[in-house]
Amino acid sequence: MNEAISVKTPLTDEVVEKLKVGDRVLINGVIYTARDAAHKRLVELVNKGEDLPFDIEGQIIYYVGPTPPKPGKPIGSAGPTTSYRMDSYAPLLLAKGLKGMIGKGSRGIEVIEAMKKYKAIYLAATGGAGALISRAIKKADVVAYEDLGPEAIRRLVVEEFPTIVVNDVNGNDLYQIGKNQYKKT
Amino acid sequence: MAVREVPAEEITKTIKRLCMEANTVLGDDVIEALRKGYRTEESPVGKHVFSELLENAEIAKEEGIPLCQDTGLVVVFVELGQDAHVIGKDFNEAISEGVRQAYKEGYLRASTLDPLTRKNFGDNTPAIIHIDIKPGDRIKLALVPKGFGGENMSRVILFPPAAGIQGIKDYVIQRVEESGPNPCPPLVVGVGIGGTLEKAALIAKKSLLRPIGQRHPTPDIAKLEEELLRDINKLGIGPQGLGGTITALDVHIETYPTHIGSLPVAVNFQCHCDRHKEAII
Repeated sequence: MNEAISVKTPLTDEVVEKLKVGDRVLINGVIYTARDAAHKRLVELVNKGEDLPFDIEGQIIYYVGPTPPKPGKPIGSAGPTTSYRMDSYAPLLLAKGLKGMIGKGSRGIEVIEAMKKYKAIYLAATGGAGALISRAIKKADVVAYEDLGPEAIRRLVVEEFPTIVVNDVNGNDLYQIGKNQYKKT
Repeated sequence: MAVREVPAEEITKTIKRLCMEANTVLGDDVIEALRKGYRTEESPVGKHVFSELLENAEIAKEEGIPLCQDTGLVVVFVELGQDAHVIGKDFNEAISEGVRQAYKEGYLRASTLDPLTRKNFGDNTPAIIHIDIKPGDRIKLALVPKGFGGENMSRVILFPPAAGIQGIKDYVIQRVEESGPNPCPPLVVGVGIGGTLEKAALIAKKSLLRPIGQRHPTPDIAKLEEELLRDINKLGIGPQGLGGTITALDVHIETYPTHIGSLPVAVNFQCHCDRHKEAII
């Protein structure tokens, strides 16, 4: 496996363009959490022409609904949820400046096309490794939609948060590439 | 035979313990399967995923935090001895109370909500309870916190009988292939064959309680399990769908008699975080 590349958020076009399908990427800085219910509200805001609860320019959204933190911990178990459920919302957020998404599982063609158009990437974190991933999360604060509980939008401060590039700005797809490489007849 | 009285409180306490254990400690069968996966997976990225999953299991156990943030809907299979008499409380409520306490005190995620208003009830109740009445005076509780990455990719189909065994095999493999990375492979694939619409789904789910590596006692069905496992692992999907030679850790099939005019088949996916615990009261 290739050596991992460390990046810092917010991401720029220059950084995103260098990241290629299959690269291991360690994320540092701030990322935001959002899943189904929060996406619905974010897109409603955009459609009404209102401001989002955080500046989305250059940011990464992590598809996660963490478990509650134990006392003294910033967060509980915090692995990725399945990304296709956010597909209908993602292109609009990419148009607004979102540069990265972290989740697990395949994206639809509209999302892959939007990533090419707006220069953004899709990264996978290991699903079901929520305890391991929680160690990369140093701080977590709810910034919007507290009523959604685990689905609230949180601002996470992360260090060397482990991901792998699934879709790069050229529209490559690691799930297709990996499968074709190991398929046996 | 004398009726044995079982305080409902006993059921609550047991369910609470099973919920907490299942969410933080992987069973020996799963750990063994992940270790074997690490040894045999051909893809370097896939091998790395196995090492992460083993490390994750250690951290979860050590720190007492959930293995996965999707701590699931709680599915409970009850084998209720017909000579056991539960006293002191509503039986279903005794189970839900155990879930409620575990999810609050164990810092587990409450994921249960109203399907239409989408309002979260906040305590992960009610549980999904399946009760089977058996001879004897014992109560067996088998519990699965079912994550929905795998559940969302699961399906039931009612084939015409002409589909036959080949039709079943093609369907299971097609479901795994179409689901790709979504259900968090490496998977345990539960297959229910026969019965009615809901019976096929139920036995598919129940098959997930069987330890990884344990074959069906009927040789023909055991052979079908092995053939399907071999074919699924040729798909190339691999750990987390990133490419590799281990897409499934096991295939479990259960069957039930069905109607002359039908061949129901259910496929229920369990992710690698194969959480199941049981207890007998």
